[in-house]
Amino acid sequence: MELLKVEDIRKAFGSLQVLDGVSFEMEKGDTKVIIGPSGTGKSTLLRCINLLTKPDSGTVWLDGVEVTDPKTNINHIRSSIGMVFQNFNLVTHLKVLDNVRIGPMRVKRIDKKRATDLALEKLARVGLTDKVNSYPAELSGGQQQRVSIARALAMEPKLILFDEPTSALDPELIGEVLAVMEDLAQSGMSLVVVTHEIGFAHSVADEIIFLEGGIILEQSPPEKMFTEPKHQRTREFLQKIAHLDGYESRASEET
Amino acid sequence: MNLVFDWSWLGPLGRGLLVTFELTLIAVSAGFVFGLLLAVGRVYGNRPIRLLSSTYLTFFRGTPMLVQIFIIYFGLPSVGIMLSSFVSGVLALTLNSAAYQAEYFRGSILAVNKDEIVAVRTLGMTPLQAIRHVVIPQTLRMVIPSWCNQLINLLKFSSLVYMIRVPELMYEGRLLAMFTYRNFEIFLIVGAMYLATVLVLSQVLRVLERKVRIPGLGAKGA
Repeated sequence: MELLKVEDIRKAFGSLQVLDGVSFEMEKGDTKVIIGPSGTGKSTLLRCINLLTKPDSGTVWLDGVEVTDPKTNINHIRSSIGMVFQNFNLVTHLKVLDNVRIGPMRVKRIDKKRATDLALEKLARVGLTDKVNSYPAELSGGQQQRVSIARALAMEPKLILFDEPTSALDPELIGEVLAVMEDLAQSGMSLVVVTHEIGFAHSVADEIIFLEGGIILEQSPPEKMFTEPKHQRTREFLQKIAHLDGYESRASEET
Repeated sequence: MNLVFDWSWLGPLGRGLLVTFELTLIAVSAGFVFGLLLAVGRVYGNRPIRLLSSTYLTFFRGTPMLVQIFIIYFGLPSVGIMLSSFVSGVLALTLNSAAYQAEYFRGSILAVNKDEIVAVRTLGMTPLQAIRHVVIPQTLRMVIPSWCNQLINLLKFSSLVYMIRVPELMYEGRLLAMFTYRNFEIFLIVGAMYLATVLVLSQVLRVLERKVRIPGLGAKGA
């Protein structure tokens, strides 16, 4: 059975139809990368998966449970879906360790000792063992984003959603975050990633979804998407962001 | 002009000051709890709760405290509620302080970064948990400077309950002045006692504020 199944999601903000019937599914351990021009509903789609945004219609299934069913306990579902935000959104008044263990302690009611061990393990995984007693404001953007990944991991989620996790970072800090994400993907974690990092999409994604105008214009494995995109529009978009990304040479070599 | 000072005045004035402390301490603590509830209700409550809370604030911030004191002490007995002067005084100060504290709390609640609330909601926290673990701790830290003003105002306004014969500092001073005809000296001393208390309180709160300061919190203007 698929881990995540999204079926015919529609969402309008006022007269603007942001998502106009989006469906996809993914298996456990997969990494899906969602790309597309800004304003095409990538973030909205992500937020519809854990109901931060309520879709107007359509269904979302996680591991056999219908997320969009009003009878489903959404807090319970959310505890098994991690989310990493563009602006990290760490809790300002909590030290790194507390940011990571607050979920296990308060939501899963794990005792402090075990939650601490869990948090330290996840912080070690993102390479921040030396920062456990710092406040978020004392860290670089890249470090904050790694803490927020550790925070998501500490819930031992079935799936992690990444909403443009490197867009707010200085260029020299992007690499450390992408490295952590790549490590997660390789270790079998299931990821849905909205990003413009075309290099990451190319090397890590199992499948890339190209979203435009509220629909999935094209959906295929990276090799196929990069070498023989079905639509002219996809080709143009890939060329444009590959150029911005300084990824042009590699992308064009492979074309 | 010939100023006179009599050590024996300090007895009654000291007792009055203690009552002033008592009034202020009870009112500020009870007002703190009630004010926090009002503020949370005003920001996060449903329509009826928001309306109730804002009506309350409008009344208590829009009428003189002396009117509130008189309504409670002289007015309530006509509906069968008889309260002693001390209880009436404490109640009036509490209800009034709660309204002002609520406004300060509300300002700080609104200054909490909403994205952090979203983040803990995605961990699976309920709205109440998010308020308790994210909003309140940050609000209380950010509110200290303006809350300090409220405490000082409350201490000074507590002098109004001398009108219903609560034996606090102002009342004792007035009594003493009536017997000794030394209005100038006595009210200078009374004023100095209020002032000294205010200075000590603001110093204590300044230290507290420094103690609980957290990097990155409140810097965006609270």
